[in-house]
Amino acid sequence: MLGQLIVSSLVVGSIYALLALAMSITYKASEVPNFAQGEMAMISTFMAFVMLSSYGLPFYAAMLITVVFAFVLGLLLEFLFLRRAKMPTPLNLIVITIGFQLMLYGFAGWKWGSDQRQINLPFSESKVIFQNDIFALTELNLATLIIAVVVLVVIYLLIQRTKLGLAMKACQQNINASRMNGISANRIMAITFGISSVVGAMAGILVAPILTLDPSMMWDPLLKGFAAAVLGGMKSLHGVVIGGLLLGLVENLFGFYISIEFKSVVAFAIIVLILYFKPSGLFDKHYVRKV
Amino acid sequence: MAETILQVSNIETYYDKVRALHGVSFEIKEGSITAILGNNGAGKTTTLNTVMGLLDDQPDKGTIHFSGERIDGKDTEKIVAKGIGYVPEGREVFDELTVKENLLVGAYLRKDRKGIQEDLDKMFSFFPVLKDRLQQQAGTLSGGEQQMLAISRALMNRPKLLLMDEPSLGLSPALVKMIFDIIPMIRDEGITVLLVEQNANMALKVADFGYIMENGRFVTSGTAKSLQEDEDVKEFYLGIKTEVSVKGQQRYKRKRRWG
Repeated sequence: MLGQLIVSSLVVGSIYALLALAMSITYKASEVPNFAQGEMAMISTFMAFVMLSSYGLPFYAAMLITVVFAFVLGLLLEFLFLRRAKMPTPLNLIVITIGFQLMLYGFAGWKWGSDQRQINLPFSESKVIFQNDIFALTELNLATLIIAVVVLVVIYLLIQRTKLGLAMKACQQNINASRMNGISANRIMAITFGISSVVGAMAGILVAPILTLDPSMMWDPLLKGFAAAVLGGMKSLHGVVIGGLLLGLVENLFGFYISIEFKSVVAFAIIVLILYFKPSGLFDKHYVRKV
Repeated sequence: MAETILQVSNIETYYDKVRALHGVSFEIKEGSITAILGNNGAGKTTTLNTVMGLLDDQPDKGTIHFSGERIDGKDTEKIVAKGIGYVPEGREVFDELTVKENLLVGAYLRKDRKGIQEDLDKMFSFFPVLKDRLQQQAGTLSGGEQQMLAISRALMNRPKLLLMDEPSLGLSPALVKMIFDIIPMIRDEGITVLLVEQNANMALKVADFGYIMENGRFVTSGTAKSLQEDEDVKEFYLGIKTEVSVKGQQRYKRKRRWG
Protein backbone atom coordinates (compact mmCIF):
# COMPACT_ATOMS: atom_id res chain seq x y z
CA MET A 1 0.00 0.00 0.00
CA LEU A 2 2.81 2.37 0.86
CA GLY A 3 4.31 1.88 -2.58
CA GLN A 4 1.03 2.77 -4.25
CA LEU A 5 0.70 5.83 -2.02
CA ILE A 6 4.15 7.03 -2.98
CA VAL A 7 3.50 6.58 -6.68
CA SER A 8 0.22 8.44 -6.62
CA SER A 9 1.88 11.13 -4.50
CA LEU A 10 4.53 11.55 -7.16
CA VAL A 11 1.86 11.92 -9.83
CA VAL A 12 -0.08 14.56 -7.93
CA GLY A 13 3.15 16.10 -6.73
CA SER A 14 4.44 16.53 -10.26
CA ILE A 15 1.34 18.58 -11.11
CA TYR A 16 1.89 20.70 -8.00
CA ALA A 17 5.51 21.01 -9.07
CA LEU A 18 4.52 22.38 -12.47
CA LEU A 19 2.20 24.93 -10.91
CA ALA A 20 4.79 25.90 -8.33
CA LEU A 21 7.38 26.28 -11.07
CA ALA A 22 5.04 28.47 -13.10
CA MET A 23 4.46 30.71 -10.09
CA SER A 24 8.12 30.79 -9.23
CA ILE A 25 9.38 31.74 -12.72
CA THR A 26 7.34 34.94 -12.75
CA TYR A 27 7.80 35.60 -9.06
CA LYS A 28 11.55 35.56 -9.50
CA ALA A 29 11.35 37.94 -12.42
CA SER A 30 8.85 40.43 -11.05
CA GLU A 31 8.56 39.84 -7.28
CA VAL A 32 4.85 39.40 -7.95
CA PRO A 33 2.94 36.19 -7.23
CA ASN A 34 0.70 35.88 -10.27
CA PHE A 35 -2.73 35.07 -8.91
CA ALA A 36 -4.11 34.84 -12.44
CA GLN A 37 -1.90 31.78 -13.03
CA GLY A 38 -4.68 29.31 -12.26
CA GLU A 39 -7.28 31.00 -14.43
CA MET A 40 -4.77 31.35 -17.27
CA ALA A 41 -4.20 27.61 -17.04
CA MET A 42 -7.96 27.03 -16.87
CA ILE A 43 -8.61 29.08 -20.04
CA SER A 44 -5.76 27.28 -21.80
CA THR A 45 -7.22 23.94 -20.76
CA PHE A 46 -10.58 24.99 -22.17
CA MET A 47 -8.72 25.88 -25.34
CA ALA A 48 -7.35 22.34 -25.47
CA PHE A 49 -10.83 21.02 -24.73
CA VAL A 50 -12.35 23.01 -27.61
CA MET A 51 -9.63 21.85 -29.97
CA LEU A 52 -10.07 18.21 -28.97
CA SER A 53 -13.82 17.97 -28.62
CA SER A 54 -15.30 20.63 -30.89
CA TYR A 55 -12.78 20.56 -33.69
CA GLY A 56 -11.72 16.95 -33.23
CA LEU A 57 -8.05 17.72 -33.69
CA PRO A 58 -5.53 15.02 -32.82
CA PHE A 59 -4.00 15.31 -29.36
CA TYR A 60 -0.61 16.58 -30.48
CA ALA A 61 -2.03 19.35 -32.67
CA ALA A 62 -4.35 20.42 -29.86
CA MET A 63 -1.42 20.51 -27.44
CA LEU A 64 0.64 22.60 -29.84
CA ILE A 65 -2.15 25.13 -30.31
CA THR A 66 -2.70 25.23 -26.55
CA VAL A 67 0.99 25.91 -25.90
CA VAL A 68 0.98 28.80 -28.38
CA PHE A 69 -2.28 30.12 -26.94
CA ALA A 70 -0.96 29.94 -23.36
CA PHE A 71 2.25 31.68 -24.38
CA VAL A 72 0.36 34.54 -26.04
CA LEU A 73 -1.93 34.81 -23.00
CA GLY A 74 1.14 35.28 -20.79
CA LEU A 75 2.54 37.90 -23.16
CA LEU A 76 -0.78 39.75 -23.11
CA LEU A 77 -0.94 39.83 -19.32
CA GLU A 78 2.49 41.44 -19.20
CA PHE A 79 2.13 43.68 -22.23
CA LEU A 80 -1.44 44.92 -21.81
CA PHE A 81 -1.76 45.09 -18.05
CA LEU A 82 1.41 44.86 -15.97
CA ARG A 83 3.59 47.04 -18.21
CA ARG A 84 1.01 49.83 -18.26
CA ALA A 85 1.16 50.32 -14.50
CA LYS A 86 2.72 53.67 -13.67
CA MET A 87 5.51 53.37 -11.09
CA PRO A 88 4.07 50.15 -9.69
CA THR A 89 4.70 48.66 -6.28
CA PRO A 90 4.45 44.85 -6.01
CA LEU A 91 1.06 45.33 -4.31
CA ASN A 92 -0.30 47.24 -7.33
CA LEU A 93 0.84 44.46 -9.63
CA ILE A 94 -0.67 41.76 -7.42
CA VAL A 95 -4.00 43.55 -7.58
CA ILE A 96 -3.67 43.72 -11.38
CA THR A 97 -3.12 39.95 -11.54
CA ILE A 98 -6.19 39.42 -9.35
CA GLY A 99 -8.16 41.65 -11.71
CA PHE A 100 -6.94 39.64 -14.68
CA GLN A 101 -7.88 36.45 -12.86
CA LEU A 102 -11.44 37.69 -12.33
CA MET A 103 -11.71 38.79 -15.97
CA LEU A 104 -10.70 35.34 -17.19
CA TYR A 105 -13.00 33.66 -14.67
CA GLY A 106 -15.91 35.81 -15.78
CA PHE A 107 -15.12 35.17 -19.42
CA ALA A 108 -14.99 31.39 -18.93
CA GLY A 109 -18.23 31.45 -16.97
CA TRP A 110 -19.94 33.38 -19.76
CA LYS A 111 -18.50 31.27 -22.57
CA TRP A 112 -18.69 27.78 -21.11
CA GLY A 113 -20.96 28.14 -18.11
CA SER A 114 -20.45 26.26 -14.91
CA ASP A 115 -21.22 22.83 -16.39
CA GLN A 116 -18.72 20.22 -15.46
CA ARG A 117 -17.16 18.80 -18.56
CA GLN A 118 -14.86 15.96 -19.31
CA ILE A 119 -11.71 16.52 -21.31
CA ASN A 120 -10.84 13.60 -23.59
CA LEU A 121 -7.15 12.96 -23.41
CA PRO A 122 -5.88 9.89 -25.26
CA PHE A 123 -4.76 8.42 -21.92
CA SER A 124 -7.20 6.32 -20.00
CA GLU A 125 -7.73 6.97 -16.33
CA SER A 126 -8.65 3.40 -15.56
CA LYS A 127 -6.47 1.30 -17.84
CA VAL A 128 -3.59 -0.09 -15.86
CA ILE A 129 -0.49 -0.50 -17.96
CA PHE A 130 1.98 -1.50 -15.33
CA GLN A 131 1.43 -3.54 -12.21
CA ASN A 132 3.49 -5.44 -9.67
CA ASP A 133 3.21 -6.33 -6.00
CA ILE A 134 4.06 -2.88 -4.85
CA PHE A 135 2.13 -0.53 -7.11
CA ALA A 136 0.00 -0.13 -10.20
CA LEU A 137 0.30 2.62 -12.76
CA THR A 138 -2.50 3.79 -15.02
CA GLU A 139 -1.97 5.24 -18.46
CA LEU A 140 -2.89 8.71 -17.23
CA ASN A 141 -0.45 8.44 -14.30
CA LEU A 142 2.38 7.54 -16.60
CA ALA A 143 1.54 10.26 -19.12
CA THR A 144 1.37 12.82 -16.30
CA LEU A 145 4.80 11.82 -15.02
CA ILE A 146 6.34 11.85 -18.49
CA ILE A 147 4.85 15.19 -19.54
CA ALA A 148 5.83 16.78 -16.23
CA VAL A 149 9.41 15.53 -16.50
CA VAL A 150 9.67 16.69 -20.11
CA VAL A 151 8.40 20.17 -19.21
CA LEU A 152 10.78 20.40 -16.26
CA VAL A 153 13.77 19.33 -18.35
CA VAL A 154 12.90 21.73 -21.16
CA ILE A 155 12.56 24.62 -18.71
CA TYR A 156 15.83 23.66 -17.03
CA LEU A 157 17.71 23.56 -20.33
CA LEU A 158 16.10 26.78 -21.46
CA ILE A 159 17.22 28.62 -18.35
CA GLN A 160 20.64 27.05 -17.91
CA ARG A 161 21.83 26.60 -21.47
CA THR A 162 20.40 29.33 -23.67
CA LYS A 163 21.06 33.00 -24.11
CA LEU A 164 17.39 33.72 -23.43
CA GLY A 165 17.72 31.89 -20.11
CA LEU A 166 20.80 33.91 -19.24
CA ALA A 167 18.93 37.13 -20.01
CA MET A 168 16.02 35.93 -17.88
CA LYS A 169 18.32 35.24 -14.96
CA ALA A 170 20.00 38.61 -15.38
CA CYS A 171 16.67 40.44 -15.41
CA GLN A 172 15.52 38.51 -12.36
CA GLN A 173 18.47 39.84 -10.42
CA ASN A 174 18.96 43.36 -11.58
CA ILE A 175 16.78 45.00 -14.21
CA ASN A 176 18.84 48.15 -14.53
CA ALA A 177 22.13 46.31 -14.87
CA SER A 178 20.55 44.09 -17.52
CA ARG A 179 19.52 47.10 -19.54
CA MET A 180 23.01 48.54 -19.18
CA ASN A 181 24.20 45.43 -21.01
CA GLY A 182 21.76 45.82 -23.84
CA ILE A 183 19.07 43.39 -22.68
CA SER A 184 15.60 44.58 -23.55
CA ALA A 185 14.14 43.98 -20.10
CA ASN A 186 10.51 44.56 -21.10
CA ARG A 187 10.68 41.93 -23.81
CA ILE A 188 12.35 39.41 -21.50
CA MET A 189 9.71 40.05 -18.85
CA ALA A 190 6.90 39.41 -21.35
CA ILE A 191 8.56 36.19 -22.53
CA THR A 192 8.97 35.09 -18.91
CA PHE A 193 5.23 35.49 -18.34
CA GLY A 194 4.58 33.60 -21.57
CA ILE A 195 6.77 30.66 -20.51
CA SER A 196 5.23 30.57 -17.07
CA SER A 197 1.77 30.52 -18.61
CA VAL A 198 2.72 27.53 -20.79
CA VAL A 199 3.98 25.60 -17.75
CA GLY A 200 0.74 26.41 -15.91
CA ALA A 201 -1.33 25.30 -18.92
CA MET A 202 0.44 21.93 -18.94
CA ALA A 203 -0.53 21.48 -15.30
CA GLY A 204 -4.09 22.48 -16.14
CA ILE A 205 -4.38 19.89 -18.89
CA LEU A 206 -2.96 17.18 -16.65
CA VAL A 207 -5.20 18.06 -13.72
CA ALA A 208 -8.38 18.34 -15.82
CA PRO A 209 -9.04 14.57 -16.19
CA ILE A 210 -8.54 14.05 -12.43
CA LEU A 211 -10.94 16.84 -11.51
CA THR A 212 -13.58 18.07 -13.91
CA LEU A 213 -13.31 20.85 -16.43
CA ASP A 214 -15.09 23.95 -15.18
CA PRO A 215 -14.15 27.59 -14.61
CA SER A 216 -13.21 27.15 -10.96
CA MET A 217 -11.24 23.94 -11.45
CA MET A 218 -7.81 25.52 -10.80
CA TRP A 219 -8.56 27.17 -7.47
CA ASP A 220 -7.59 24.24 -5.33
CA PRO A 221 -4.60 23.03 -7.41
CA LEU A 222 -3.21 26.55 -7.64
CA LEU A 223 -3.34 27.05 -3.89
CA LYS A 224 -1.54 23.73 -3.52
CA GLY A 225 0.99 24.82 -6.10
CA PHE A 226 1.46 28.05 -4.19
CA ALA A 227 1.96 26.11 -0.97
CA ALA A 228 4.52 23.93 -2.75
CA ALA A 229 6.33 27.03 -3.96
CA VAL A 230 6.43 28.51 -0.46
CA LEU A 231 7.61 25.16 0.88
CA GLY A 232 10.47 24.95 -1.60
CA GLY A 233 11.36 28.63 -1.46
CA MET A 234 9.69 30.84 -4.06
CA LYS A 235 12.96 31.85 -5.66
CA SER A 236 14.62 28.49 -6.08
CA LEU A 237 13.45 26.69 -9.22
CA HIS A 238 14.66 23.23 -8.21
CA GLY A 239 13.40 23.96 -4.70
CA VAL A 240 9.81 24.51 -5.81
CA VAL A 241 9.86 21.30 -7.85
CA ILE A 242 11.02 19.31 -4.82
CA GLY A 243 8.46 21.28 -2.78
CA GLY A 244 5.71 20.11 -5.13
CA LEU A 245 6.68 16.46 -4.87
CA LEU A 246 7.10 16.73 -1.11
CA LEU A 247 3.69 18.35 -0.71
CA GLY A 248 2.06 15.59 -2.77
CA LEU A 249 3.72 13.01 -0.55
CA VAL A 250 2.91 14.62 2.79
CA GLU A 251 -0.67 15.25 1.73
CA ASN A 252 -1.29 11.69 0.60
CA LEU A 253 0.37 10.07 3.59
CA PHE A 254 -1.56 12.34 5.92
CA GLY A 255 -4.80 11.53 4.09
CA PHE A 256 -4.21 7.79 4.36
CA TYR A 257 -2.75 7.36 7.82
CA ILE A 258 -4.25 10.22 9.78
CA SER A 259 -7.36 11.79 8.39
CA ILE A 260 -8.82 11.86 4.91
CA GLU A 261 -11.17 14.67 5.93
CA PHE A 262 -8.39 17.04 6.75
CA LYS A 263 -6.21 16.10 3.79
CA SER A 264 -6.68 19.37 1.97
CA VAL A 265 -5.79 21.35 5.08
CA VAL A 266 -2.26 19.96 5.06
CA ALA A 267 -1.08 22.32 2.33
CA PHE A 268 -2.19 25.36 4.26
CA ALA A 269 -0.78 24.08 7.51
CA ILE A 270 2.51 23.72 5.64
CA ILE A 271 2.38 27.35 4.44
CA VAL A 272 1.84 28.52 8.01
CA LEU A 273 4.58 26.32 9.45
CA ILE A 274 7.09 27.30 6.78
CA LEU A 275 6.39 30.99 7.22
CA TYR A 276 6.87 30.52 10.97
CA PHE A 277 10.11 28.61 10.91
CA LYS A 278 11.86 29.16 7.58
CA PRO A 279 10.20 31.93 5.60
CA SER A 280 12.68 31.66 2.75
CA GLY A 281 11.58 28.06 2.12
CA LEU A 282 13.47 24.81 2.47
CA PHE A 283 15.75 25.13 -0.53
CA ASP A 284 16.23 28.80 -1.11
CA LYS A 285 19.93 29.53 -1.16
CA HIS A 286 19.48 33.13 -1.93
CA TYR A 287 22.69 35.07 -1.91
CA VAL A 288 22.59 37.68 0.81
CA ARG A 289 24.44 40.80 -0.13
CA LYS A 290 27.31 41.64 2.15
CA VAL A 291 27.43 45.20 3.32
CA MET B 1 41.69 67.46 -34.11
CA ALA B 2 39.84 64.36 -33.00
CA GLU B 3 36.15 63.90 -33.70
CA THR B 4 33.59 64.62 -30.99
CA ILE B 5 32.09 61.29 -29.94
CA LEU B 6 29.67 62.50 -27.28
CA GLN B 7 28.05 65.92 -27.31
CA VAL B 8 25.87 66.86 -24.37
CA SER B 9 24.11 70.20 -24.76
CA ASN B 10 22.43 72.01 -21.96
CA ILE B 11 20.65 69.08 -20.32
CA GLU B 12 18.34 69.57 -17.38
CA THR B 13 17.31 66.54 -15.33
CA TYR B 14 14.61 66.48 -12.67
CA TYR B 15 13.90 64.08 -9.86
CA ASP B 16 10.17 64.70 -9.50
CA LYS B 17 10.10 68.46 -9.11
CA VAL B 18 13.68 68.91 -7.98
CA ARG B 19 16.08 69.96 -10.68
CA ALA B 20 19.32 68.04 -10.29
CA LEU B 21 21.16 69.22 -13.40
CA HIS B 22 20.92 72.87 -14.32
CA GLY B 23 21.96 72.92 -17.93
CA VAL B 24 25.02 70.72 -18.26
CA SER B 25 27.03 70.81 -21.48
CA PHE B 26 30.21 69.00 -22.38
CA GLU B 27 31.79 67.16 -25.21
CA ILE B 28 34.13 64.24 -25.40
CA LYS B 29 36.79 63.82 -28.05
CA GLU B 30 37.23 60.43 -29.58
CA GLY B 31 40.17 58.52 -28.11
CA SER B 32 40.50 60.71 -25.02
CA ILE B 33 40.05 60.15 -21.33
CA THR B 34 37.77 62.77 -19.81
CA ALA B 35 37.17 63.10 -16.10
CA ILE B 36 34.20 64.68 -14.36
CA LEU B 37 35.10 65.58 -10.80
CA GLY B 38 33.00 66.78 -7.95
CA ASN B 39 31.80 66.13 -4.43
CA ASN B 40 28.94 63.98 -3.28
CA GLY B 41 25.64 65.17 -4.64
CA ALA B 42 27.19 67.34 -7.32
CA GLY B 43 25.25 65.53 -10.03
CA LYS B 44 27.98 63.40 -11.57
CA THR B 45 26.09 60.11 -11.43
CA THR B 46 22.89 61.85 -12.51
CA THR B 47 24.74 63.11 -15.58
CA LEU B 48 25.84 59.58 -16.51
CA ASN B 49 22.41 58.08 -15.79
CA THR B 50 20.85 60.74 -18.00
CA VAL B 51 23.24 59.96 -20.84
CA MET B 52 22.44 56.25 -20.47
CA GLY B 53 18.70 56.89 -20.51
CA LEU B 54 18.25 55.21 -17.13
CA LEU B 55 16.00 57.97 -15.78
CA ASP B 56 12.46 57.82 -17.15
CA ASP B 57 11.47 60.78 -19.33
CA GLN B 58 14.78 62.57 -18.68
CA PRO B 59 16.53 64.81 -19.67
CA ASP B 60 13.71 67.28 -19.45
CA LYS B 61 15.56 69.77 -21.66
CA GLY B 62 18.66 69.64 -23.81
CA THR B 63 20.06 67.14 -26.26
CA ILE B 64 22.63 64.34 -26.25
CA HIS B 65 24.36 63.27 -29.44
CA PHE B 66 26.52 60.18 -29.77
CA SER B 67 28.62 60.00 -32.95
CA GLY B 68 26.36 62.64 -34.46
CA GLU B 69 23.18 60.70 -33.65
CA ARG B 70 20.66 61.96 -31.16
CA ILE B 71 20.24 59.52 -28.26
CA ASP B 72 18.34 61.40 -25.54
CA GLY B 73 14.95 59.86 -24.83
CA LYS B 74 15.98 56.49 -26.27
CA ASP B 75 15.81 53.26 -24.28
CA THR B 76 18.93 52.26 -22.38
CA GLU B 77 19.30 49.02 -24.32
CA LYS B 78 19.22 50.92 -27.63
CA ILE B 79 21.86 53.34 -26.38
CA VAL B 80 24.05 50.42 -25.31
CA ALA B 81 23.57 48.82 -28.72
CA LYS B 82 24.91 51.99 -30.34
CA GLY B 83 28.20 51.49 -28.53
CA ILE B 84 28.20 53.06 -25.08
CA GLY B 85 29.33 50.86 -22.20
CA TYR B 86 28.53 51.68 -18.58
CA VAL B 87 30.32 50.67 -15.41
CA PRO B 88 27.78 51.76 -12.80
CA GLU B 89 28.45 53.14 -9.37
CA GLY B 90 28.55 50.32 -6.83
CA ARG B 91 29.42 47.72 -9.50
CA GLU B 92 25.95 46.17 -9.86
CA VAL B 93 27.30 42.79 -10.91
CA PHE B 94 24.76 39.96 -11.03
CA ASP B 95 25.38 38.47 -7.59
CA GLU B 96 23.88 35.06 -8.25
CA LEU B 97 25.38 34.49 -11.67
CA THR B 98 28.87 33.11 -12.07
CA VAL B 99 31.70 35.34 -13.21
CA LYS B 100 31.52 33.74 -16.63
CA GLU B 101 27.78 34.28 -16.92
CA ASN B 102 28.27 37.91 -15.93
CA LEU B 103 30.76 38.34 -18.75
CA LEU B 104 28.45 36.61 -21.21
CA VAL B 105 25.61 38.94 -20.24
CA GLY B 106 28.01 41.73 -21.19
CA ALA B 107 28.31 40.13 -24.64
CA TYR B 108 24.52 39.68 -24.91
CA LEU B 109 24.20 41.79 -28.06
CA ARG B 110 27.00 40.01 -29.91
CA LYS B 111 26.61 36.96 -32.08
CA ASP B 112 30.25 36.12 -32.95
CA ARG B 113 31.27 33.24 -30.69
CA LYS B 114 34.90 33.43 -31.70
CA GLY B 115 35.17 37.15 -31.03
CA ILE B 116 33.51 36.68 -27.64
CA GLN B 117 36.07 34.03 -26.69
CA GLU B 118 38.90 36.32 -27.80
CA ASP B 119 37.51 39.14 -25.71
CA LEU B 120 37.14 36.84 -22.71
CA ASP B 121 40.83 36.03 -23.01
CA LYS B 122 41.62 39.72 -23.28
CA MET B 123 39.71 40.41 -20.07
CA PHE B 124 41.69 37.66 -18.32
CA SER B 125 44.89 39.33 -19.45
CA PHE B 126 43.69 42.63 -17.95
CA PHE B 127 42.43 40.96 -14.78
CA PRO B 128 43.97 37.50 -14.29
CA VAL B 129 42.06 37.00 -11.04
CA LEU B 130 38.78 36.74 -12.96
CA LYS B 131 40.01 33.62 -14.68
CA ASP B 132 40.56 31.87 -11.34
CA ARG B 133 37.08 32.85 -10.22
CA LEU B 134 35.30 31.93 -13.45
CA GLN B 135 32.73 29.51 -11.97
CA GLN B 136 32.27 31.39 -8.73
CA GLN B 137 29.15 33.42 -7.97
CA ALA B 138 29.88 37.09 -8.50
CA GLY B 139 28.34 37.97 -5.15
CA THR B 140 31.12 36.10 -3.38
CA LEU B 141 33.86 38.20 -4.96
CA SER B 142 35.61 40.97 -3.08
CA GLY B 143 34.77 44.57 -3.89
CA GLY B 144 37.84 44.99 -6.04
CA GLU B 145 37.17 41.81 -8.00
CA GLN B 146 33.58 42.90 -8.53
CA GLN B 147 34.84 46.20 -9.89
CA MET B 148 37.13 44.37 -12.30
CA LEU B 149 34.18 42.21 -13.31
CA ALA B 150 31.95 45.22 -13.89
CA ILE B 151 34.60 46.85 -16.09
CA SER B 152 35.16 43.63 -18.05
CA ARG B 153 31.42 43.10 -18.44
CA ALA B 154 31.02 46.55 -19.97
CA LEU B 155 33.99 45.96 -22.29
CA MET B 156 32.60 42.64 -23.53
CA ASN B 157 30.17 44.53 -25.73
CA ARG B 158 33.10 46.28 -27.45
CA PRO B 159 31.82 49.77 -26.74
CA LYS B 160 33.19 52.83 -28.50
CA LEU B 161 32.70 54.92 -25.39
CA LEU B 162 32.99 53.65 -21.83
CA LEU B 163 31.38 55.53 -18.95
CA MET B 164 32.87 54.69 -15.57
CA ASP B 165 31.15 55.83 -12.40
CA GLU B 166 33.56 56.02 -9.46
CA PRO B 167 35.60 52.91 -10.17
CA SER B 168 37.74 53.66 -7.11
CA LEU B 169 34.83 53.72 -4.66
CA GLY B 170 35.53 51.66 -1.57
CA LEU B 171 38.72 50.07 -2.86
CA SER B 172 42.09 49.84 -1.17
CA PRO B 173 44.81 52.18 -2.48
CA ALA B 174 46.60 49.29 -4.22
CA LEU B 175 43.46 48.31 -6.08
CA VAL B 176 42.68 51.92 -6.92
CA LYS B 177 46.10 52.16 -8.50
CA MET B 178 45.53 48.97 -10.42
CA ILE B 179 42.18 50.16 -11.77
CA PHE B 180 43.72 53.48 -12.79
CA ASP B 181 46.55 51.67 -14.52
CA ILE B 182 44.00 49.80 -16.60
CA ILE B 183 42.15 52.92 -17.78
CA PRO B 184 44.90 54.12 -20.19
CA MET B 185 45.13 50.54 -21.48
CA ILE B 186 41.42 50.62 -22.27
CA ARG B 187 41.97 53.88 -24.13
CA ASP B 188 44.80 52.28 -26.06
CA GLU B 189 42.31 49.67 -27.26
CA GLY B 190 40.58 52.53 -29.07
CA ILE B 191 37.85 53.04 -26.49
CA THR B 192 37.05 56.57 -25.40
CA VAL B 193 36.66 56.85 -21.63
CA LEU B 194 34.50 59.15 -19.54
CA LEU B 195 35.46 58.84 -15.91
CA VAL B 196 33.46 60.18 -13.01
CA GLU B 197 35.45 60.44 -9.81
CA GLN B 198 35.76 61.91 -6.38
CA ASN B 199 39.39 60.93 -6.29
CA ALA B 200 40.51 63.98 -8.26
CA ASN B 201 44.17 63.31 -7.74
CA MET B 202 44.17 59.93 -9.45
CA ALA B 203 41.65 60.93 -12.07
CA LEU B 204 43.59 63.97 -13.27
CA LYS B 205 46.75 61.89 -13.57
CA VAL B 206 45.22 59.62 -16.21
CA ALA B 207 42.77 62.04 -17.83
CA ASP B 208 43.34 64.32 -20.81
CA PHE B 209 40.46 66.67 -20.02
CA GLY B 210 38.57 67.45 -16.86
CA TYR B 211 35.33 69.07 -15.84
CA ILE B 212 34.52 70.11 -12.30
CA MET B 213 30.96 69.91 -11.15
CA GLU B 214 29.17 71.52 -8.25
CA ASN B 215 25.47 71.59 -7.45
CA GLY B 216 24.37 70.33 -10.83
CA ARG B 217 26.56 72.67 -12.90
CA PHE B 218 30.02 72.60 -14.37
CA VAL B 219 32.06 75.26 -12.68
CA THR B 220 35.32 74.88 -14.50
CA SER B 221 36.92 72.78 -17.15
CA GLY B 222 40.15 72.41 -19.04
CA THR B 223 42.93 70.04 -19.83
CA ALA B 224 43.93 67.80 -16.96
CA LYS B 225 47.27 69.60 -16.73
CA SER B 226 45.74 73.05 -16.43
CA LEU B 227 43.31 71.79 -13.77
CA GLN B 228 46.11 70.25 -11.77
CA GLU B 229 47.76 73.65 -11.66
CA ASP B 230 44.62 75.65 -10.94
CA GLU B 231 44.81 77.18 -7.47
CA ASP B 232 41.19 76.48 -6.56
CA VAL B 233 41.27 72.94 -7.81
CA LYS B 234 44.45 72.35 -5.86
CA GLU B 235 42.90 73.62 -2.69
CA PHE B 236 39.44 72.14 -2.86
CA TYR B 237 39.98 68.89 -4.69
CA LEU B 238 43.61 67.93 -4.53
CA GLY B 239 44.13 68.92 -0.91
CA ILE B 240 47.28 70.93 -1.57
CA LYS B 241 47.25 74.14 0.37
CA THR B 242 49.91 76.67 1.07
CA GLU B 243 49.45 78.45 4.34
CA VAL B 244 49.55 82.19 3.96
CA SER B 245 48.64 84.20 6.98
CA VAL B 246 50.24 86.79 9.19
CA LYS B 247 50.08 84.61 12.24
CA GLY B 248 51.02 81.48 10.43
CA GLN B 249 47.48 80.18 10.42
CA GLN B 250 44.74 80.61 7.97
CA ARG B 251 42.10 83.02 9.15
CA TYR B 252 39.86 83.40 6.18
CA LYS B 253 38.63 80.71 3.92
CA ARG B 254 39.84 81.43 0.45
CA LYS B 255 36.98 82.64 -1.70
CA ARG B 256 36.18 80.46 -4.62
CA ARG B 257 36.43 82.28 -7.89
CA TRP B 258 33.92 80.26 -9.77
CA GLY B 259 30.17 79.93 -9.52
